[in-house]
Amino acid sequence: MLIFKKMKTVIIDYNAGNVQSVYYALQRIGVEAEITDNHNKIKTADKVIFPGVGEAGSTMHYLKTRKLDTLIKELEQPVMGICLGMQLLCNYSEEGDTACLNIFPNTVKLFKGNEKVPHVGWNSIANLNGDLFKGVPENSYVYFVHSYYVEILDDTIATCNYMQNFSAAIQKDNFYAVQFHPEKSGEIGTLILQNFINL
Amino acid sequence: MSQLSTLLLYKLFTKKMLTKRIIPCLDIKDGRTVKGVNFVDLRDAGDPVELGSAYARQGADELVFLDITATVERRKTLAELVKEIASHLNIPFTVGGGIKSVNDVSVLLNNGADKISINTAAVKNPYLINELAKNFGSQCVVLAIDTRFDGNDWFVYLNGGRTPTDIKAFEWAKQAQERGAGEILLTSMNHDGTKNGFAVDITRKISEALNIPIIASGGAGKKEHFYNVFTEGKADAALAASIFHFGEIPVPELKQYLKEKNISVRF
Repeated sequence: MLIFKKMKTVIIDYNAGNVQSVYYALQRIGVEAEITDNHNKIKTADKVIFPGVGEAGSTMHYLKTRKLDTLIKELEQPVMGICLGMQLLCNYSEEGDTACLNIFPNTVKLFKGNEKVPHVGWNSIANLNGDLFKGVPENSYVYFVHSYYVEILDDTIATCNYMQNFSAAIQKDNFYAVQFHPEKSGEIGTLILQNFINL
Repeated sequence: MSQLSTLLLYKLFTKKMLTKRIIPCLDIKDGRTVKGVNFVDLRDAGDPVELGSAYARQGADELVFLDITATVERRKTLAELVKEIASHLNIPFTVGGGIKSVNDVSVLLNNGADKISINTAAVKNPYLINELAKNFGSQCVVLAIDTRFDGNDWFVYLNGGRTPTDIKAFEWAKQAQERGAGEILLTSMNHDGTKNGFAVDITRKISEALNIPIIASGGAGKKEHFYNVFTEGKADAALAASIFHFGEIPVPELKQYLKEKNISVRF
């Protein structure tokens, strides 16, 4: 636990709904994160979490006005996008016809089919790959709330199925992103957050 | 993605389903958990934070905290309690009871609530649903409907079931979805407290007509009731209170039963 406290973890502060929940989840594993939009603090942190609950267009606008868009793209330490945070790391979102950060090259699409939208609740994740999912059993359940999804990419490190297969998590270099909410996904979610902190 | 890796990925993929959610509901008065039987008699069933954490450990998928405190101090007390719950709980939770404005919601979400539920205030001012959805997103707006069947149709009741209206529950649920509600929490007053089963018919009617999840509430007494409301009632989630609080049906036992009956649940 002491090791974590020496490390600097920041949660990017913007008008996202789940900032506080992410903070508490880290606190439960002994990590005192700082919630901040200060460029220097974000740049010098060991780990950066980019949370998100909200709408893509207005959120990108908010990030741009604070120049957080260019800052995030230039980060070199491990970064984890959560939910909308994941979608904003992609090239483009159908939600609000929004140009995003383009770390991942894909388009974020709206769910279409016979099931209810948003996809709300606990669903299982599979094809788990890499250190983020160390110790996480295949088909573990995690909590999702979203209407838009990232399809299966070369960068996919976990999949989920709701009307079709989609990316539950993606990774490229130092950028990690999860569609579900690890901060609300019980013991499994805690383990995933712990794995990110241990990267 | 290369064809080989795509094939491999799809082959490895074990198709599972979004699970049906089991939601214990904790009524809160002056910071303590209580349960109203038919909305009148109250019994003390413990500390909300302790009870909530215990449910999370047992495998509850979500929790609902309904504040029924009537004092002027309630807002501040509730915000403090929400903060305490959020710092301990690792599953999603909804907070409801007496929420009237965008500001009320903002305070609760900022203290760590994942969703809020609105009831009477939304009937009095339906535009509140639009405002909340616009400000915070539909995912955190749960519209709670207390409804009673009068022999003819299901009507909406306000103020914890004390005030009748001539609004039909079905129409109100549809309107709420159009205005941006993210989920419907449907309580049948005819069934609440009876332990004779959920209101399967109206739950199914609303669930089939809407594209947002329906949480069925009121009447849970046996494990079979949950099975019925998930299958015949097409509910996405089921909420209950006393049967969980007094250990009549432990959450793990209920989930095991549902799993054996081929209902997709989380373990």
